[in-house]
Amino acid sequence: MRRIGDPVLTTDRITLTFGGVTALNEISVKIRHHEILAIIGPNGAGKTSMLNVINGFYYPQSGSITWKGETRSRMRPYHAAAQGIARTFQNVALFRGMTTLDNIMTGRLLRMRRNFLWQALYLGPAQKEELAHRAHAERIIDFLEIQAIRKTPVGRLPYGLQKRVELGRALAMEPELLLLDEPMAGMNVEEKEDMCRFILDINDEFGTTIALIEHDMGVVMDISDRVVVLDYGRKIADGPPDEIRASAEVIAAYLGEPDQGEVRAASAPARRSAAT
Amino acid sequence: MTLSAPDTFPKLLLDHTRLRPDRPANREKDYGIWQSWSWAEVAAEVEAVACGLAAMGFRRGDKLAIIGDNRPRLYWAIAATQALGGVPVPIYQDSIADEMAFVLDHAEVRFAVAEDQEQVDKLVAIKKHCPLLEAVIFSDPRGMRHYAEPYLYDYAAVHERGREFARSRPVFFRDEVAKGQGGDIAIILYTSGTTGRPKGVVLTFDNIIATAKNAIEFEGLTDREEILAYLPMAWIGEHIFSYAEAYCAGFCASCPESQATVMADLRELGPTFFFAPPAIFESILTQVMIRVEDAAWPKRKLFHYFLDVAKRVGPTILDRHPVALVDRALYWLGNVLVYGPLKNMLGLSRIRVAYTAGEAIGPDLFIFYRSLGVNLKQLYGMTESSVFLCIQKDGAVKPDTVGAPIKDVQIRVADGGEVLFRSPGAFQSYYKNPEATAEAKQPDGWVHTGDSGFFDGDGQLKILDRARDVGRLESGELFAPKFIENKLKFFPYIKEAVAFGDGRPFVTAFVNIDLQAVGDWAERRNLAYASYQELAADDAVYDLVRGCIEQVNRELAAAAAVAGSQIRRFLILHKELDADDGELTRTRKVRRRIIGERYQPLVDALYAGRSTGRIETEITFEDGRKGQMRAELAIRDIGPPVSMAEPLQFKKAS
Repeated sequence: MRRIGDPVLTTDRITLTFGGVTALNEISVKIRHHEILAIIGPNGAGKTSMLNVINGFYYPQSGSITWKGETRSRMRPYHAAAQGIARTFQNVALFRGMTTLDNIMTGRLLRMRRNFLWQALYLGPAQKEELAHRAHAERIIDFLEIQAIRKTPVGRLPYGLQKRVELGRALAMEPELLLLDEPMAGMNVEEKEDMCRFILDINDEFGTTIALIEHDMGVVMDISDRVVVLDYGRKIADGPPDEIRASAEVIAAYLGEPDQGEVRAASAPARRSAAT
Repeated sequence: MTLSAPDTFPKLLLDHTRLRPDRPANREKDYGIWQSWSWAEVAAEVEAVACGLAAMGFRRGDKLAIIGDNRPRLYWAIAATQALGGVPVPIYQDSIADEMAFVLDHAEVRFAVAEDQEQVDKLVAIKKHCPLLEAVIFSDPRGMRHYAEPYLYDYAAVHERGREFARSRPVFFRDEVAKGQGGDIAIILYTSGTTGRPKGVVLTFDNIIATAKNAIEFEGLTDREEILAYLPMAWIGEHIFSYAEAYCAGFCASCPESQATVMADLRELGPTFFFAPPAIFESILTQVMIRVEDAAWPKRKLFHYFLDVAKRVGPTILDRHPVALVDRALYWLGNVLVYGPLKNMLGLSRIRVAYTAGEAIGPDLFIFYRSLGVNLKQLYGMTESSVFLCIQKDGAVKPDTVGAPIKDVQIRVADGGEVLFRSPGAFQSYYKNPEATAEAKQPDGWVHTGDSGFFDGDGQLKILDRARDVGRLESGELFAPKFIENKLKFFPYIKEAVAFGDGRPFVTAFVNIDLQAVGDWAERRNLAYASYQELAADDAVYDLVRGCIEQVNRELAAAAAVAGSQIRRFLILHKELDADDGELTRTRKVRRRIIGERYQPLVDALYAGRSTGRIETEITFEDGRKGQMRAELAIRDIGPPVSMAEPLQFKKAS
């Protein structure tokens, strides 16, 4: 049985401004070990900014981030990557001319120990290392069921599959915290269903902590353990899905009419109910 | 020591551990690498699983259901069941829960081996309707960690338990195998059937082994053959080729990585022995044609030029008949430039014997492969005959026959035109269905096939159609729907077609477009579409299909017997015909009557002369949920029937 533990990442009163625009206003969020946290809110609420602050793409003007017990005023991307934070992007950011396998292998780069020369010569230890990384990439390919596109350049793949490959690359880093920016945007029901299942399985089988941004309320309510709601850079709610669904402020700011909030996902994988 | 010939598959397995212990028996692509198991290793696996099942309380005569894609473990489960004197019952892995429940219940299945979570979910959902089902063993533990159901077992755990069991009772397995007899039931296969509920065909070891051995002898197959096991395990053909023949001849059956990678796996493996139903050969051809059309014009020209050469002389060369020296040289050049690389890309370069059956294959499609030098042959058979009744002999292959009866098979054509057979492979009965058995099988052993056909001058059997499908137009002219549909389906743009005309004044047709081919065609023309439905309703697509139908009409006009069957009106369906909706069988055969009933308003509209037809259909999703689909479809007329006088040039007559 999976257990949600203590916070692994804490942001304390983060404020981020672009000129006169306040993207994030004193946001304090805790991400707990092994949970699936959903960040929701209307367009421009600051959701992506929040992820960008967490993995160091944006430097906040004030506040601090605590990751694995170490408090910083700002994260740097390479620290984040080296210390186990991986992410995917709202607009797929893959190497379009490279194959699925090669894209996933790039996720292993930080874990490669041999230098360029060794790798170019492909001798002894470098070969052994490469094989081990390839084996890991193959396990991810198997996990995400993308064997059929292993050798296909990702630029040729449909959008839904590109998103899956991007998830694979993030997974290749063996992250402790996985940040997913709208992993299901632009997908059809079947693709969403698959993606939900992958997210739940990643969380369950690898014990990865996941923070995701998502607009499909059915999905959010079904797969997340906790929901944080942002609105114009402010945090207006933070709690379990049922509580969020009932919150008057959230309904006013984002969910809208109650019956809309009640829309149950057709995409609900049956497994979750069996799991709990 | 003298040994009588092994009369069961487990005995054959033990024989291989003596004769060729280190030859590969199974392969599977896993984590991107082909993993192999030798016959000795397979025997050890089968023993472990059999012992594990025995430890779980499996008794002789128990039924064990097999549900999943082709996996070595599932094949081993079949052998393990047979070793214990049980009966394996493979079930189509894409069956919806309801169909699965029927088979499990009807066959009184106690144990089930399921491939993965997807199949387990279906079994869990229907468990309450199948009180006899006691244990479900899953092969892939992925996602299974939180299932609390007490009747679920991990395959690896069963295997482990079996090894322990075998340690304490080392001779148990061999003793159990020795108890098996050739006359025992080897397997029950539920036929998808174009009508009504599935029927369980009971076959004995004698049925299957005798038939498989005769076929192996006929083709000269050895233990060096390679086959890709990729068709549904519940289908008799798959069982005969990848299990029965592999066990009888000792060759290796390889499982693809996943259903989506079959074409890539085929290329890597390069099988020598290959089977595919016409639909697959069709889709391979469609993909080739799409890629050729996308190629630069010099390549396209080269391809078409040499394809014409191949069509002219290829089949003759394959049959080893004399050909003019110039043509032979041209064909050689074509082989270097086009056919060789193409076959290599498709994984067909090492083929010694390729079969197609299950449905009549369009002559043009058939000749395409033979002209490339692929020894594609037709055979005739069914679940009730353990497949092989007729096979085409090398050198005597014709596009429109299914060959002559093989050794020990007797075939006669009844007065009404129905084909009957008597053979060592003839099934025992339909499980728990004596009425159906009595209807199909006469007391003297002759079995009704339900197909109508006749022998041609060379003693080769020619199958026309399902006997009950052949009809007559109002004018009394012959109407053979499959014949027309196959002609339509040769076009890459047409995936499925259903022709109507029995008792009607003229012939009409439903057409399903091929999303890939038509989508690609639309893309090249900058035709925007958002969905299958939208593409199917497009005017330009209607014109495209009309062009195809006009060509078919010209061909029909050329043959006096079917000249009256030219298609006069047609429409393009808004959804693909689907086995989940009961419109196709699991082996993708059109269920004519059901389609006629479901789409009655459309058929009426076709014959009432209206220009549109309105239809509301229920669609079933794979998990059994249902939805409604509403559409208004355009109906098009085709010009007046072409007479014989008009010039006829479609493809070079071969």
